[in-house]
Amino acid sequence: MIDLVFLIVFPLIAAVLLLVVSKDSIRDALVKISALLIGIVSLMTLFLYYNTGALYFPVGYQQVSQIIFLVEVFLALFILYLGIKYRKSLAVVLILVQLGLLAYFEMFCSEALHAVQNLFIDQLSIIMALIIGIIGSAIAVYAVGYMGTYHRNHPEVQDRRRTFFFMVFLFISSMFGLVFSNNLIWVFLFWELTTVCSFILIGYSRSEEAVNNAFLALVMNLLGGIAFAGALIYLAGIDPSGNLFEINQLISAGQALAIVPAVLISFAGITKAALMPFSSWLVGAMVAPTPVSALLHSSTMVKAGVYIIVRFSPVLSGSFEGLIIAMIGGFTFLLASAIAISQSNAKKVLAYSTIANLGLIVACAGIGTYKLVWAAIMLIIFHAIAKSLLFLCVGTVENRIGSKDIEDMAGLIVRMPKIAVMMFIGIAGMFLAPFGMLISKWVAIEAFIDAPFGIIFVTILAFGGSITVLFWSKWMGKIISITQYGKRVEGNIRSEKWFVLYLLTSLTVLVCLIFPLISSVLIEPFVLSVYGFTTRLAQDNIMIMVMMLFLLMIMPLSMLFYRNGAKELPPYMGGRPTTPDMKFAGSMGIVRESSFSNYYFEQYCGESRLLMAGTGLCLGLILIGATLLLGVIV
Amino acid sequence: MISILNAVLFIILAPLIGGLIAGIDRKITARMQGRMGPPLLQPFYDVAKLFEKENVVVTPSQNYYVLSYIVFIAVSGALFFSGGDLLLVIFAFTLAHIFLVLGAYSTNSPYSFIGAERELIQIIAYEPMIILSAVGMYMVTKSFFVSDIMNSPIPVIVYLPGIFIGFLMVLTIKLRKSPFDLSTSHHAHQEIVKGVTTEFSGSGLGKIEIAHWYENVFLLGFIYLFFAFNPVIALAAIIVTYLIEIFIDNTFSRVKWQYTIKSAWIVAGTLGIVNLAVLYYLSGVMG
Repeated sequence: MIDLVFLIVFPLIAAVLLLVVSKDSIRDALVKISALLIGIVSLMTLFLYYNTGALYFPVGYQQVSQIIFLVEVFLALFILYLGIKYRKSLAVVLILVQLGLLAYFEMFCSEALHAVQNLFIDQLSIIMALIIGIIGSAIAVYAVGYMGTYHRNHPEVQDRRRTFFFMVFLFISSMFGLVFSNNLIWVFLFWELTTVCSFILIGYSRSEEAVNNAFLALVMNLLGGIAFAGALIYLAGIDPSGNLFEINQLISAGQALAIVPAVLISFAGITKAALMPFSSWLVGAMVAPTPVSALLHSSTMVKAGVYIIVRFSPVLSGSFEGLIIAMIGGFTFLLASAIAISQSNAKKVLAYSTIANLGLIVACAGIGTYKLVWAAIMLIIFHAIAKSLLFLCVGTVENRIGSKDIEDMAGLIVRMPKIAVMMFIGIAGMFLAPFGMLISKWVAIEAFIDAPFGIIFVTILAFGGSITVLFWSKWMGKIISITQYGKRVEGNIRSEKWFVLYLLTSLTVLVCLIFPLISSVLIEPFVLSVYGFTTRLAQDNIMIMVMMLFLLMIMPLSMLFYRNGAKELPPYMGGRPTTPDMKFAGSMGIVRESSFSNYYFEQYCGESRLLMAGTGLCLGLILIGATLLLGVIV
Repeated sequence: MISILNAVLFIILAPLIGGLIAGIDRKITARMQGRMGPPLLQPFYDVAKLFEKENVVVTPSQNYYVLSYIVFIAVSGALFFSGGDLLLVIFAFTLAHIFLVLGAYSTNSPYSFIGAERELIQIIAYEPMIILSAVGMYMVTKSFFVSDIMNSPIPVIVYLPGIFIGFLMVLTIKLRKSPFDLSTSHHAHQEIVKGVTTEFSGSGLGKIEIAHWYENVFLLGFIYLFFAFNPVIALAAIIVTYLIEIFIDNTFSRVKWQYTIKSAWIVAGTLGIVNLAVLYYLSGVMG
């Protein structure tokens, strides 16, 4: 148990230290050492607990609960202060509502509560801890180098790196808290902490856009927070003894008792996971420095949202409310993928692809059969790794060439070959066989066929899946075009950045090789313990996938063979005289430049249009869900 | 469950069969246009000649992508004929095509570039329908494995008429037949020169041609699955289907990409989905 407490408390201590230390070199060392320790200890949890099943630990309640209440009130007052300072009335109203709910809960409900098994660990928590501990801390290490360059390139932004790293480690600490807490009141505290951390980090540059987007994120997540608080009050109402505040007891209490809190908490999960209609906060969050985006998209924040829905999917499974949640996820997957086609800003493409994949995870968890939960957890793992790699690649490119537009990445393979190859692997990891995301989508298709109303989701996957192929491959094509005029600009990238990028690239490939192991050691026991059934890929298929992966890895060797012996000619330009940088002789002796740009299908996949459709559709579904829920409560 | 022998047979025989089909295709097409047409073995002569040509490239890396293309086309076809998982076959197939697209992108040539974009549009036009076909076969035979579908006594076509029509529709795209030969074409008339294959010559182009033969044999094998309960009917169905495709090729002029994707998706979204929904309902009713 001590390691669980360590993982929650140690990042907190590191965070406070980082807030105090002002010397760059000490801060850098501190970040690296803390990240290393967090990574090691989270790996330790794997070896200590992978075969112990779910373990529950009693932790002193009375004192801790008062501290929790005080921290929550402090957070609320802090938001209230900022809301008033920046004149954001909606945020103020929402935080007042939440404060009211908290006060009500504290006065009328908390008297008799004595949840005992406050901390726990099971295989799902281990997976989440590994994601947070390894990827989250790797991103923190990357941020050390990135933030230095960021402040050199953006002299207008006040250097608040102490706050930055404080928030990053606080974020990691609260994520650990979230996945290790069995007491919903604790989960709620950490939930609110992640909201506040993301709020501060998004608004880091304090530009008007950053502040607005930070408040957008805050407002949407506060809506979720209010639903969460509502779930707590409801639970206190139906069971004054407080046993149901323990997640495992609540889930085993059965659908009749648990459906209302499960749906309310899933709603909170939907806001946190930025599904439609709440997707705009995550897209807006990309104004933050890139490591923040990487953190929000891969190992923290949005993963908290899907984690909690996967946690509650046994309750949602088979209910009409669960179907509605799954449909919100499904439509989000389809529409967000389509929007990604129309975007040329790399970070926006990544953002919409995250939203889409979170939608898919929620679709799986909402239907919640054992196969789908398997697929959902696989998606969480693969997505976290590949997406963090992609964000960090884009961040590195941006630092170097000063643009995050995909069109400006033409010929990246010539200019920054190593980064381009890593980006290539990351993108392949997102949609190609035999890489991770595709494995999960494949299992999801198979699983949806047998699930109730599955045909809707099979269709969504068939169409949505091919849409993803389009926007990823045109990006891939852009970076691998061999432009004759490109100059190599890859020097001067700090070694710890390289280290993190290499680490994530190897992880992307490695998890594809060892996913059967991950499945049999962690996911299958978890699914088995929750559902009594489990699933896996057929042995034959695994063999073939591994063979394909090896084939993919040895194919590039053919480059050595092709390197010499071929006669190189310029591309066909209709017979016109053309210079190496593709300027060709037009008529009347005028020299014309040629440039090509990808298709973006603005007229079909325009952001505003599809966003409106998605918002309408998903808001409607939420309203139906809310009506159903009212019916159950009343 | 996986038959290695079939895989090896496919890798050896498919180019021969594919080349022969291409020869017959050219012969029939010529007759439809009132010409004599080339000898039956002309496709083989053409490809053999390509391999004798000088190796001319825009960038050496394009050869790598084309090699990957033909390797993965062969792998996915071999996986299909050895009785593997249909969805995995489809995914491997997509992977192979992405390599062709990347090869075109890598040359940084305007005609290849447009060809690559159009090839991607074609991929997303046909992929949903092919996945829905696999799903339909699973719903009828309760297995994704080609070996099980092959040995199933159920007349799959009876349950999947809508899916089959949808599949025929995307087959035209896949066979690179007019009206959907957007990204590259067998014919000389193409406003984007040769599209994806513009910058390929010599052995590179030869590999693309052989890969296309592999692909065609695989696609015709897919038709077989609809009729697997009776091999004679299945063979007849394949022949009739191919003749229809040649006929369509010669009677329709090329359409725009917008029309291609719209029509393919509308067919997949109506015929395909309705077919699956009926099956779904029936399986619910009959337990």
